[in-house]
Amino acid sequence: MVNVTDQILRDSLLITPGMLIPLFPLIGFLINGLFGKYLSKSITGWIASISVLLSFICTFYIFINLPSTGALHIDLFNWISYSTLNISFGFLIDPLTLVMLLVITGVGFLIHLYSIGYMHGDEGFTRFFTYLNLFIFFMMLLVMGSNYLVMFIGWEGVGLCSYLLIGFWFKNDAYNDAAKKAFIMNRIGDLGFLLGMFFMLFNFGSLDYAVVAQKALLLPVGSSILVSITLLLFVGATGKSAQIPLYTWLPDAMAGPTPVSALIHAATMVTAGIYMIVRSNVIYALAPFTLEIVAIVGVATCLFAAIIGLMQNDIKKVLAYSTVSQLGLMFAALGLGAFSSGMFHLVTHAFFKALLFLGSGSVIHALHGEQDIRNMGGLRKYIKVTYITFFIGAIAISGIPPFAGFFSKDEILAKAFEHSKVIWAILSISSMMTAFYMFRLVYLTFFNDFRGTEETKKHIHESSSLMTIPLIVLAGLSIIGGFIGLPSVFGFTHQFQMYLSSVTDASKELMKENIELNHSMEYILIATAVIAAIASILYARFKYFTKKEQPSEDLALVGFEKAVYNKFYVDEMYDTVIVKPLKVLSDLFLVLVDKLIIDLLVNAVAWVVGLSGRMLRLVQTGNTGFYVFAMVFGIIVLFVIRLLI
Amino acid sequence: MMTLLILFFPLVASLLVLISGNKLASKVALFFSVIELAITFYCYLIYKQSGAESFYYFKEWIADPKISFHLGMDGLSLLMVILTNFLTPIIILSAFNRNIENAKGYFSLITFMQFALVGVFVAYDGLLYYIFWELALIPIYFIALRWGGANRVNVTLKFFIYTLAGSLLMLFGFIMLYHYNPSHSFDIRELYANASKVCSCNQSWLFWLFFAAFAIKIPIVPFHTWQADTYKEAPTQGTMLLAGIMLKMGTYSLIRWLIPIVPAGVAEWGPYAIVLCVIGIVYASVIAIMQKDLKKLFAYSSVAHVGLIAAGIFALNMQGLQGSVVQMLAHGVNVVGLFFCADIIFNRTQSLNVEGLGGIRNVAPKFNTLFMIVVLGSVALPLTNGFIGEFLLLFGVYEYNTWLSVFAGLTIILGAVYMLRMFQNVMLGNTNETTSVFEDLKWNEMLVLGIIAIVIIVMGVYPKPVFEMAEPALQQILNNALIK
Repeated sequence: MVNVTDQILRDSLLITPGMLIPLFPLIGFLINGLFGKYLSKSITGWIASISVLLSFICTFYIFINLPSTGALHIDLFNWISYSTLNISFGFLIDPLTLVMLLVITGVGFLIHLYSIGYMHGDEGFTRFFTYLNLFIFFMMLLVMGSNYLVMFIGWEGVGLCSYLLIGFWFKNDAYNDAAKKAFIMNRIGDLGFLLGMFFMLFNFGSLDYAVVAQKALLLPVGSSILVSITLLLFVGATGKSAQIPLYTWLPDAMAGPTPVSALIHAATMVTAGIYMIVRSNVIYALAPFTLEIVAIVGVATCLFAAIIGLMQNDIKKVLAYSTVSQLGLMFAALGLGAFSSGMFHLVTHAFFKALLFLGSGSVIHALHGEQDIRNMGGLRKYIKVTYITFFIGAIAISGIPPFAGFFSKDEILAKAFEHSKVIWAILSISSMMTAFYMFRLVYLTFFNDFRGTEETKKHIHESSSLMTIPLIVLAGLSIIGGFIGLPSVFGFTHQFQMYLSSVTDASKELMKENIELNHSMEYILIATAVIAAIASILYARFKYFTKKEQPSEDLALVGFEKAVYNKFYVDEMYDTVIVKPLKVLSDLFLVLVDKLIIDLLVNAVAWVVGLSGRMLRLVQTGNTGFYVFAMVFGIIVLFVIRLLI
Repeated sequence: MMTLLILFFPLVASLLVLISGNKLASKVALFFSVIELAITFYCYLIYKQSGAESFYYFKEWIADPKISFHLGMDGLSLLMVILTNFLTPIIILSAFNRNIENAKGYFSLITFMQFALVGVFVAYDGLLYYIFWELALIPIYFIALRWGGANRVNVTLKFFIYTLAGSLLMLFGFIMLYHYNPSHSFDIRELYANASKVCSCNQSWLFWLFFAAFAIKIPIVPFHTWQADTYKEAPTQGTMLLAGIMLKMGTYSLIRWLIPIVPAGVAEWGPYAIVLCVIGIVYASVIAIMQKDLKKLFAYSSVAHVGLIAAGIFALNMQGLQGSVVQMLAHGVNVVGLFFCADIIFNRTQSLNVEGLGGIRNVAPKFNTLFMIVVLGSVALPLTNGFIGEFLLLFGVYEYNTWLSVFAGLTIILGAVYMLRMFQNVMLGNTNETTSVFEDLKWNEMLVLGIIAIVIIVMGVYPKPVFEMAEPALQQILNNALIK
């Protein structure tokens, strides 16, 4: 038992580093944003990177000094507050926040370093790092906020940065469209988030995580209020974390520079939905109906995106659909009530997916912007480091032990098996597909002969060490990252789960239905998953290495393959069902309602007034006789009226 | 006495501007408006120290009918005066470096307008308030008519007659109120005190008379058809005055002169009004999506935003009212910023056609950044002023009715749709013949947009002073409005 005074002393020592965490990237943003044009290019890149490194150091310091049962509260000021409402601007740093912060600052720093090399020579170099720091700042607000509204600041803030960075090369209108689409689809989700907050404020009078959880516990399980809140928050999560039906922006978001895809659209921002649900695990546990929905959406997205991933030929698009699919897997875990498993996969996924994206960036860099895997091949001879690290990433995502992805994925699959065989089966199939399309990517990119032009071939070169060092570090993490959560079936303590227990314990008690699998069953599951993954990899090897098959030309596709290649025409459907009707409606409102109906009425009123004026003018004849007549007539009428009344 | 000073100083200033001559007019006007701003700040300090008490000024004016020269500034009035006196120097500064014919007349009218607007916000006698309300129409009419665009004559006439018709309904309402009110007075204290004594059958009539007047001014759909054309044809400063301050007269009046004075009427007809407002939000947002003219696009977006303000007011709860006050200030600042950006673009390219522009970001990075911040404030991104307002307004509407807030909430999606589409078409992409020689901001433009950008962020991060100032006044109004 920690002495109370000790605890207060300890917390007071941690508050300063706690406040510094978001401050460093903010300062970096301001320096580069305001004075960047007076500084030399390389300096701006280093300012941005070092600010993130400093945040990482602060995070790590707190991580070491804050026990896993502790939580650091930092209240800054009353933000929106008057008699009937009080929402403060403050931070909460607990194990869950620290896990997120370590990923954001750790992986974030590596990606910053990488970007110095990758963006070298781009005219928007300084601007890039300015946005990147702003993103890190908002991402920190998102995970550090002490209530939902501060989370929402970060939530929309990272959306803005995502918009700015997807459309980073703003001369290209296709990129701008992608950026706009991302922002708008996120906004749809955000409306759900916003309404969820209204429900909370109205029913609980607060947006503080602790207060909401406390008050929610007073309500019966599955009460409509809780179901509404959790569903609405989940709508927000589907937008930010690219789940069905709001996932279509993420593949388009690949228009941004590749480090952005790694940082924002793989490792950090898109996982915000996962974080939010884990943060709200108590209210979710109290709303079983919502959990079912989360599980269904997660599983469906996992499978659907994996299928699309099988047929993509753009190296980044494959990774993008893979990300959507992996996020679906995480949501499936959350839906099953396995909150810490979802977080675990979030962390390992951040390692290997950032690695894969950065690796693809290195490939693209080597080929001067080529992204189509049909024009690659044989690259392992030319870019060894990229090849080896990419290969490690692919193994990790496929779930081969003892690489990071194996542990986290296996844990989710085991949880799925406990809950429902169908979900387990679908997730397993999706995992096989993942292994297949990842190695399809590996073999088409790095093996056999180069298929591009001779001109490109001459210039293939390995990236600078600024880019390869982050790859190597991430590869290392992808190998050993899973050891933070060794499965208990082998007699280990699950460190990660233990660490998060202060956050997830409350919901665990609520979900009583947890049945532990017996060990032999668990061994069988693990063996099945590993064998399936290896089989998928071997099939990819057979198809694309041994038989040297190549993806067919776009036009040659027919039937189901064509539908898959065209992403099941979901974008086209949204366009027909929502975008076009909205435009028609807009014109209709303006031309028909505004101009025709309303203005016609307004003008009609004016016309009537004008007409009466013209009519009355006729009376003003200037003829005295007529005036006398009118007067006498008027008097008579008055008399008659008086007699009648 | 401070109230008299803050009210009449712009009137004196407008005369001095008139005699200062065309060359000096803009500078003199700026000078006096900055002094007025300093006076306003001084009033704020007094308010912080001793509250609203010291601002009341009462003098008998006409014995029968009883009309008094009653002025005052509670937190709500003071906030509106701050908005007016903050925006006026900004608006004047925005006209620097532009060729304006007969500048002395132009700037004199702007300062005169300031006088009338301040009058509307500090008048605490119904008829006095009405006089200022009408007085404000005169300078803006001449500004639009004399310095407006090609189609100004027809458009201005429509605007003038439309709003005048609304005002007449209000005048009729005041007379009726005077008649049915047992105290037979226009004084706001009497009107508040006797609000529940007016028969509810008459309150229905009163509600619609006042509502129509305010709805035209705000404007609430379907009373909005004068607006887009007027905004387009009026000179930039006129549009800024109209959109930034004048339409706040309408929303302010809903709070001050409608809901506390005819509570029974509001209880009966408020639900219809709020539905109308919410329909208007979505309706105007949808129209804005396809607008090709930059100024008209901003005009329709403005209809959507103020529709939400009105909806929040009719929600009759503290969140809605606080939200409406914040959003009045926020919208005032943001819309002035937007129209100034439109002016900067028109000044350089002679075009406001959204689809014909593009690539400006390439050649004017400073302009791009500041324009972006104004756009973000306008789409209510958190940590900008627009977010605080929209969050509270939507929450106010939510407390009133869940489904209504879902529908009204569409504005945050549609707002992003039309604003980002506009921004992309105008600023991003490659330059073309119209935009390739676009010159980045001049010093006065930099100053204006810089100040606006700072205010957008500061208000979004720390809105507490606004809440604190508005709270007592809103509490009183709300108490009055909720009496059955």
